Amino acid sequence: MSAALQQDPNGMIDLRAEFASAGLETYLAGLDQDLVGLKPVKLRIREIASLLLIERVRQGLGFTTEAPTLHMSFTGNPGTGKTTVALRMAGILKALGFVRQGQLISVTRDDLVGQYIGHTAPKTKEILKKAIGGVLFIDEAYYLYRPDNERDYGQEAIEILLQVMENQREDLVVILAGYGDRMEKFFTLNPGFRSRIAHHIDFPDYDDSELLSISETMLSRQNYRLSPSARDAMRDYIQRRREQPYFSNARSIRNALDRARLRQAGRLMAHEGAVPAEALMLIEPEDILASRVFAGAPA
Amino acid sequence: MRVTQGCFSFLPDLTDVQISKQVQYCLDHGWAVSLEYTDDPHPRNTYWEMWGHPMFDIRDAKAIMGELIECRRMHEECYIRLCAFDSTHSWESLRMSFIVQRPSVEPGFMLARREAEGRNIRYETRAYVMEKPEGTRYGV
Repeated sequence: MSAALQQDPNGMIDLRAEFASAGLETYLAGLDQDLVGLKPVKLRIREIASLLLIERVRQGLGFTTEAPTLHMSFTGNPGTGKTTVALRMAGILKALGFVRQGQLISVTRDDLVGQYIGHTAPKTKEILKKAIGGVLFIDEAYYLYRPDNERDYGQEAIEILLQVMENQREDLVVILAGYGDRMEKFFTLNPGFRSRIAHHIDFPDYDDSELLSISETMLSRQNYRLSPSARDAMRDYIQRRREQPYFSNARSIRNALDRARLRQAGRLMAHEGAVPAEALMLIEPEDILASRVFAGAPA
Repeated sequence: MRVTQGCFSFLPDLTDVQISKQVQYCLDHGWAVSLEYTDDPHPRNTYWEMWGHPMFDIRDAKAIMGELIECRRMHEECYIRLCAFDSTHSWESLRMSFIVQRPSVEPGFMLARREAEGRNIRYETRAYVMEKPEGTRYGV
């Protein structure tokens, strides 16, 4: 580690230089730039990154030798960017040298828990082997534990996970993710997990203007854009969609945009004669207003 | 007699740190590492027992080293070799293979002569340990 090198004759350490040399700024700036909203999450990640940087400098100077606990839990409603942030987290941990390879293995209960006796342990270990040197992301972690069925194989997977989280801290980082209330219940029923997790990060819902700017980013990535009136329609759509059941933030927006593109294609095909190239990029209000979200609403 | 085969066969046996570095080299190239063991030392014995499946999708050498430790524990007095399979189109074969464990004592081979028709001599190399049944050939 470079910490000792950047120590000047007075014993001062340039943390800024240390920060820059880790290439952290590119990751954190990328996080700020690419992800809309999520202020508290970004703040927490900056804090964690600083903590890890200090930890690394301390290790370089021989103040600490133990690997820090890095396991995390991400809680929040669907579509609030938990997986996306986990992917970035793997990059940050790699840049700081707290994981060796920096891959993200995303799994759910099905990938860890087996179908019959003796199936779970090899299955879980197989996944853990893939995650060594990187980050294991367990989505909807509370499904691992089914309190109503004491013979459920999930318990076995939990025990293996806990053991690895304790004994192989320098080899992999586990991130548990799920909805806030159910994760809370999961942690209450499995105190072993709570004590092994150092960082709890809560993902807030997006507000309407954030969702609008997310939808514009999503479209521009695919070389589409909203016409000014379609932008108003989209704003209206977001407000109405939020009131409806199964609203899942950015994911609902992505689905809505996919359907809008479908309607745009239908509209263009129905058009008599040639269409300008520009029209292929433009989403018009009627593509959005045809959604069932507007059905039965006063115009 | 020290049996040698594969990569690094003219070098002393690799230490675990060295093995780990070689494994990481294989993984960084996207090759699937697998472990094989046998207690039949004959050089023409190409069919070694597989220790589990070839390990695809592994990124870090530590995972492979864990399997190696487990394999060594189960087969203390066996030869174990580590193979790296490259699935790239038109290669689709092993890139490297080397021995990572050998029995504590290797008695070696005898040269058997057999008289064939017309006073011809047929030669045969036979491992001393092959007198014994599988699983009891090395160690106690």
